[in-house]
Amino acid sequence: MIEQWFPNVDWEKMWEATYETLYMTSISVVITFVLGILLGLLLFLTSKGQLWQNKAVYSITAVIVNVFRSIPFIILIVLLIPFTKALLGTIIGENAALPALIIGAAPFYARMVEIALREIDRGVIEAARAMGASTWTIIRKVLIPESLPALISGLTVTAIALVGYTAMAGVIGAGGLGNLAFLDGFQRSRSDVTLMATIVILVIVFIIQFIGDTAVRKLDKR
Amino acid sequence: MTPGNRLYRKRCQITRSSMFREMRERKRQKRLSVIMTVGLFLWKGSDPVIFIEQAKKIFQTKNGPVKAVDNINLSIQEGEIFGMIGYSGAGKSTLIRMLNGLETPTEGSVTVAGRKISTIKGSELRKARQEIGMIFQHFNLLWSRTVRENIAFPLEIAGVSKAERTKRVDELIELVGLQGRGDSYPSQLSGGQKQRVGIARALANNPKVLLCDEATSALDPQTTDSILELLVDINQRLGLTIVLITHEMHVIRKICHRVAVMENGNIVELGPVLDVFRRPEQPITKRFVQQITEPEESKETIQHLLTEHPEGKIVKLTFVGVSAEQPVVTELIRSFNVGVNILQGKISQTQNGAYGTLFVQITGDSSEVDKAVAFLDAQQVDSEVIEYD
Repeated sequence: MIEQWFPNVDWEKMWEATYETLYMTSISVVITFVLGILLGLLLFLTSKGQLWQNKAVYSITAVIVNVFRSIPFIILIVLLIPFTKALLGTIIGENAALPALIIGAAPFYARMVEIALREIDRGVIEAARAMGASTWTIIRKVLIPESLPALISGLTVTAIALVGYTAMAGVIGAGGLGNLAFLDGFQRSRSDVTLMATIVILVIVFIIQFIGDTAVRKLDKR
Repeated sequence: MTPGNRLYRKRCQITRSSMFREMRERKRQKRLSVIMTVGLFLWKGSDPVIFIEQAKKIFQTKNGPVKAVDNINLSIQEGEIFGMIGYSGAGKSTLIRMLNGLETPTEGSVTVAGRKISTIKGSELRKARQEIGMIFQHFNLLWSRTVRENIAFPLEIAGVSKAERTKRVDELIELVGLQGRGDSYPSQLSGGQKQRVGIARALANNPKVLLCDEATSALDPQTTDSILELLVDINQRLGLTIVLITHEMHVIRKICHRVAVMENGNIVELGPVLDVFRRPEQPITKRFVQQITEPEESKETIQHLLTEHPEGKIVKLTFVGVSAEQPVVTELIRSFNVGVNILQGKISQTQNGAYGTLFVQITGDSSEVDKAVAFLDAQQVDSEVIEYD
């Protein structure tokens, strides 16, 4: 029956594209998570009234974050072509999409990390200082654990945005479901391929949302 | 006399007899423990554990510099429960935060347990902070950790091994009476239980000093009392020095040995709690003392009685320490041909003795009344004739 509705779908290609999308998404989510936390912590700690209060560092970081967050992703990929080529030697393939994906998503996530950290009760940080905790201990044992549900729900949103970004990256040659939908589906007028690729992307998004929501529910003890 | 008034007097008589009985019984029970506490305090009160010398703190704000703490000199003895009272903005919060270096004084020095908190930095300051526990108005527990894990947190900071942490946490849970709640999360606890976790956490590293920043201000009166009892218990059992700030005189009365009254960054009055209660000098101190001795409604009642019964005099008697024992009123009635009508009475226990006030109306022949008042003046009881105004 499926054959009847999707006569032009090459399942092997579809699976391959799905794998590529998952590969690009998961690698970029992991690196975005780490970079976003670092940037978010820097934004938070250097902001007014915090442990490393520093107007210059805060302003510079904030400007960089805002600039990269504001560039439309499709333009960012194009802008980053020379950088990608210098870094990886190619602009084709899954790996070539990673720099653009990470640079596009990390500032976005950094802002969410900053917001999550701001939600932490100042009194709790003060209590940790009063106990003699170092800044590193405060980051590790207070800031991250106390904001974890917000960090995870922010990551869920970012991961879903990244699935969308991979589709866009696919159009310019990165592979994945976006590439398949565009080349095999749109350009060859096989709308069933486009539809199937869309369905697979939706399933991926739903699974990410489900995992994120479950994790937040488990972690939140408030 | 109206029937209403007769009823009122009857009620007063009942209150009077039961109040005196209660007063004497409580006194008898308390006398020994008071003597022991005072003795313990004197014996321990030889070593100052906290020194504040000419401490000043000026905050730079948009509207110019603000003096939060202005030239404070203070020393607090080991084993003492020291209270600082003041309205918000008096500088008490800044002062207590100087004791663990959360604020550094603009000028002057602060020494706690032999360490000069006002100048040390980095790891030395962190080490010093491990010996100074602190509890907070809003508890400031980590919601992501269980009770056990919260109490273990300062131990982790101090680098205590896991086995030792477990053992110490068990002891602390028992000390603060939270047996069986170890694996609960803070969100599952009541306010009083949360503050108990806060206390256990503050005591984890066997500090020399415990700082209490409005520790009972967010709790209901009953829970406040149980937390205060716990603090006294810890003070007596561990000989721990406790410094607390509050805006409730009730807290000072209940547990402090000495009190400092703060206003505009200065200590305006300082002394043993009972002395300050007996002879408050500054207007602000008088207002704080009134929080305890004269409930709001008493003023109205007395004004009402003054208008209703212009005959006789209304006298406020203040009993302090041992004088609360003397049967002054009995003697008054026996010796003079006067009627004594008790309007209102209250006796409060402080850490260094009992303190009570009694409002009586003395009626009868005006010369007898004058003699009666003179008699009261001669007793070891402070008396004050309240005039109609």
